[in-house]
Amino acid sequence: MLEIDWFLGISAIMFSIGIIGVLIRRNAVVIFMCVELMLNAVNLTLVSFSSYHGNIDGQIFVFFALAVAAAEAVVGLAIIIAIFRNNLTVDVTEINLLRW
Amino acid sequence: MIVYLFILLAVLAIGSALAMVINKNVVNSALFLVINMVSLAGIYLLLNAQFLAVIQILVYAGAIMVLFLFVIMLLNVEDEEKLFDKFRVKYFLAFILGAAVVGQIFYSIAGVTNMLPEISSNMAEIGTIEAAGDVLYTKYLLPFEMTAILLTAAVVGALMVAQYKIKKG
Repeated sequence: MLEIDWFLGISAIMFSIGIIGVLIRRNAVVIFMCVELMLNAVNLTLVSFSSYHGNIDGQIFVFFALAVAAAEAVVGLAIIIAIFRNNLTVDVTEINLLRW
Repeated sequence: MIVYLFILLAVLAIGSALAMVINKNVVNSALFLVINMVSLAGIYLLLNAQFLAVIQILVYAGAIMVLFLFVIMLLNVEDEEKLFDKFRVKYFLAFILGAAVVGQIFYSIAGVTNMLPEISSNMAEIGTIEAAGDVLYTKYLLPFEMTAILLTAAVVGALMVAQYKIKKG
């Protein structure tokens, strides 16, 4: 049957795909989507440990993580829109407002 | 049977995640992320977490990804033409770093054998919406109420940030 290792393995692979995406992409929206992917990978780890231990607290934690992720997506996309309105680009290599 | 279902969902999740990172078109990336979210909801169902499976589809695949698609439509972004056209040191370093992270996690998983062989038998009762709501409204009532404040603050902050315009010159 399925051991917990399988679920943790999927989670690890998805997390590193997210890391690679954040590092190689230059579009700010895609980088943001990769961050969401990493959040989901960690959520999967929490849910699998919760299920295999028979303790619901991990699932409640994932619920709160979802709420925070929704808030984070709203604020992050608003920031991206604000940057686009002032710079007319979402390419992170061309945004140098805070760079010295 | 469950093992085959799990393999199908796992391949779907990892494949769509890879396709999301590799794809040049931003809209296609967002749609691949939707596939990833839905297959993750299926994996949650295999783990007997029905409540989270439904919430995952409603909140992530429904609300957040629609928000992403709206923003992509507003931004009018063009494709990244120069992705993967030539070898860059940056790609190589990123791949090395990702491989290092996944190798480290696999190493630590492989160090423990037979840690949790099966889903807990009482998970069929406590994974339901009824049980989750019971815990959410008694033990975790205060954090639940704080979430409302957090979401309100996020919406107000997003409105302020999106309206802000730097004066040119």
